[in-house]
Amino acid sequence: MKKILGIAALLVVIALTTTWLSWDASSQSYTFLSGYNLQNLLQRIGMFGVLSIAAAFVIVTGGIDLSIGSVVCVAGCMLPWLLRDHGVPPLLAMPIVLLLCAAIGLWHGLLIVGLGLQPFVVTLCGLLLYRGVMRAFTGDQTMGLGGTADGLRWLATGRIPITESFGLPAPLLVLALVAVVTSIFWTRTVAGRHLFALGRNEEAARFAGVATGRLTVLAYVLCSLLAGLGGCLFVLDVNSAQASSFGNFYELYAIAGAVLGGVALRGGEGMVLGVVLGACLMQLLQNTINLVADSNQLEFAVVGAVILAGAAVDEGVRRFFRRRR
Amino acid sequence: MASDAPLLEVSGISKAFPGVQALSSVDFVLHRGEVVALIGENGAGKSTLMKVLAGVHRPDAGLLRLLGQAVELRGPADALARGIALIHQELSLCDNLTVAAAVYLGAEMRKGPFLRERAMQHGARAVLAQVGLHVDPRQLVATLSPGQKQLLEIGRALRAEARVLIMDEPTSSLTQVEAERLFEVTDELRRRGVGIVYISHRLGEVSRLADRVVGLRDGRNSGEIPGREATHERMVSLMVGRTLSQEQRPSHSPGEVVLRVRGVRTAAFPEACVDFEVRSGEVVGIAGLLGSGRSELLRALFGADRALAGQIEVGGVPLQRHGPAAAAAAGLVLAPEDRKLQGLVLGMSVRDNLSLPTLHRRGRFIDRAYERDLCARSIAELGIRTAGGGQVVGSLSGGNQQKVVLGKWLAANPKVLVLDEPTRGVDVGARAEIYARLHELAGAGLAVLFVSSELEEVLSLADRVLVLNHGRIAGELPRARLSEETIMMLATGMEVA
Repeated sequence: MKKILGIAALLVVIALTTTWLSWDASSQSYTFLSGYNLQNLLQRIGMFGVLSIAAAFVIVTGGIDLSIGSVVCVAGCMLPWLLRDHGVPPLLAMPIVLLLCAAIGLWHGLLIVGLGLQPFVVTLCGLLLYRGVMRAFTGDQTMGLGGTADGLRWLATGRIPITESFGLPAPLLVLALVAVVTSIFWTRTVAGRHLFALGRNEEAARFAGVATGRLTVLAYVLCSLLAGLGGCLFVLDVNSAQASSFGNFYELYAIAGAVLGGVALRGGEGMVLGVVLGACLMQLLQNTINLVADSNQLEFAVVGAVILAGAAVDEGVRRFFRRRR
Repeated sequence: MASDAPLLEVSGISKAFPGVQALSSVDFVLHRGEVVALIGENGAGKSTLMKVLAGVHRPDAGLLRLLGQAVELRGPADALARGIALIHQELSLCDNLTVAAAVYLGAEMRKGPFLRERAMQHGARAVLAQVGLHVDPRQLVATLSPGQKQLLEIGRALRAEARVLIMDEPTSSLTQVEAERLFEVTDELRRRGVGIVYISHRLGEVSRLADRVVGLRDGRNSGEIPGREATHERMVSLMVGRTLSQEQRPSHSPGEVVLRVRGVRTAAFPEACVDFEVRSGEVVGIAGLLGSGRSELLRALFGADRALAGQIEVGGVPLQRHGPAAAAAAGLVLAPEDRKLQGLVLGMSVRDNLSLPTLHRRGRFIDRAYERDLCARSIAELGIRTAGGGQVVGSLSGGNQQKVVLGKWLAANPKVLVLDEPTRGVDVGARAEIYARLHELAGAGLAVLFVSSELEEVLSLADRVLVLNHGRIAGELPRARLSEETIMMLATGMEVA
C-alpha cells in the first residue's frame, strides 16, 4: 500500500511537471491538458494497462512472460487475416483470436509445469518463435483491416464524450473492467489466494493441498489471453499490423509497468491498483518526452533513468526508516 | 474396527532412491495420546520415513495402517485430509499471507469461488488460542517470530483436525522460552489424544517429552526404549550403534595473545563496550541468551558488519581495513551461523567451496592442481563423507557441510577461528568429530572462539567462557567454575559469587 502511495505521488509530480513544461506561448495554453492529448494518453494507458495486468498475473506466481509482445503481434496479424482475408464476422473473429492466444499460454504453462522448464527460457523462446512464425505467415506484408471491423473498432477508438474535445476512450473502460475483475479474483477468491501463496512459497502451498500446477498453468493462460486482448485493441486502433514490428518491446513495457506498480519479481506480492498506476506512469513518461522534446530519441533513456531513480529512492527511503527504527 | 487399534501403524516400509536404500523394512507404531521420538543420525532415514508418513514419498514396499485400516496416501494433501499433519523443519509458511489465510491455506472457507474472510479470521483466532498464540489474524505471517510461526503451524494442523502430528526439529530456530511454550502445547495435545512423532537432535528435549524413543540407523530400526529410561548415553548408542567415549578433554596450554578486542561496540548495543583477549591454543566460548548480541559481536569481529567503534588486533597487528576479506587476510575467519546462506554456496561443488576463500592467493587464473590437492586433503583430514570433490555441497548432510566450512577456512591458515553455532543441525556422530578436530587444532596453536546456544556444547568444548548480557560481557568463567547454573546466572544478569 505504501508503495502505491509512492507511485501515485510520483505520478502527480510528473504530471504537474509535464503540464508546466508544456506551456505553449502561441496558443496561451498547456498542451498537456488539451482534450486531444489527455484522450490519447488515456487510450494508450488503457491498452498498455491490460498488458501490464497480463504480466502481473505470471509475476505474482514467481514467473515471467517475455513473449507478451509477440503474442500481441500474433493477435494483431491474425485478426485482420480472419476478418479481411477470410470474411469471418467480427463477433466470431475476436473470440477465435483470444482462444488462440490462450492456447499459447496453455502451451507455456504445460512446458513450465509439466516439463519443469524455466519460465524465462520458455517465454524467451516464445518471443522469438511467435514473431518469426508470424513474419513467415504474413510474408512480412502489412495486414490491414480495411473496413471489415468498423463496429469492433469502437473498442479501441471509441469514446464516451464528456466535453467537446474530450471523451473517455473505450480502451480505458476495457482496462477498468479487466482491473476490477482481476482485483476481485486476486483478493476475494480462493484461487487468487492460492495464486499468491504459491508465488511466495510453492512447496508450502503444495503441502497445504493447493493445486499449484493447475494454478500456474492458469496464470500463463490468463496472461497470454490478456496479451491477446491487448493485441486486438492495438490492431483495431491503428487498423493494420506489420509482423516485424507490431508489439515490439511491449513485454518490457508491460513488465516495467507491473514492477513499477509494486508487483515483486520474487512472486506473491502485488495489487491491481498498483499495476494500473505503474502502467499510467510508463505512458505518462512517454507523453512527457513527446511533448517536451522535439524527438523521441531519448524516450528509452528517460524511461530507464526514471524507473531506476524510482527504485533507488524507494530502497533508500526503506533503509532510512529501517535505520530509524 | 477395533477401537484398541493403534492410531498409526507402519510395517515393513522400504523406500529406495537412486543409489541409496533410504529405508529397509521399518516398523513403527504410534498410539493415541503418545509422543514417540524418532532419533538417528543425519542420513539414517528419519526424513524419508517422515515424508512417507506425510504422503510426500510413496513407499516401495510395506503397509501404513491408520486406526487399523490400511491406507495409501496419494500426496501431502491426502495425508492432511486423513489427519496426518507435518510440521516442517524449515518453517514452511507463505509469509506473504495473513495469519488467518495461512491457517486455512488449502482448506479455505468459501462461498462459491469467494473467500469468507471474516469467518476464517474468527476460526483462526479460536484455533490459535488453543495453542496459546494470541495474534491478530489479519497480520502478516512475516511479522511473526519463529516461535510464533511454529505455533501457527501447529494451529493449522489442529484446524485440519490432525490426529497424527509429525514435528521435525521443531525447536531448531526457537528461543528457550518459545521452546518451553512448545513443550507445553505438546503436552496439552497429548492429553487430548493426538499422537505425536517428534524428531530432534536435542536429546534433552527428547527425554523431556517422549513416551517412547525409536532409533533408526542406516534406514533400519535400531531399537526402542521407553521414555523414562531414555538416558543420553542409551539414546546415543541407539543412534550410532556404539558408545561414544565421553570425551576426555585434552587440556590446552595457552600461548601468547593472538586476538585482542578493545572497546568494540556493535549497532545492536551501541552503548555496550566489549574488551577481551584470546590466546593461541585456547578454546573460548561465548554464551548468552538469544538476542544478547553474541552473533552481532562475532560478525563485527569478522567485519561482516561494521563495528561502531573499537579496535581489533590479530597477532598483534590492528585490523586496518574493514570487511571479511581483510579479516581473513589478517588470519581471523568466521564459520557463520547460517551455513546454508552465509557459510557455503550450496549449488557449488565441495571442491569449489573449499577453495573459494583462498583461490585468489594462487594467482589470477584458477589453480586446478591446488584445488584438487586442497580438496583431497580436506576430505581426508576432516573426514568429509562425500561421493567426491565434484559433489554439490547442498546434497551433503549438515555435519559434512560444516566440515566443508571448516576446511575452507583452515586452508587460509588462520590464527583465530571463530565459529557461530558450530554444530547447529549436525548429528551426534559428526558433532563428536568436529569437537575432536577443534581440540586438535587448538592443541596445534590455533585460537578458537565460538558462540553456542547449547550449554552442553559450551561446557564440553570451552577452556574459558565469556557470558554476554545485553551486549556486555557480564562475566568470565574459567573451566573450573563452569556449570549450567553459573552461565545462566550471568546470562540473566545475576551476580555470581
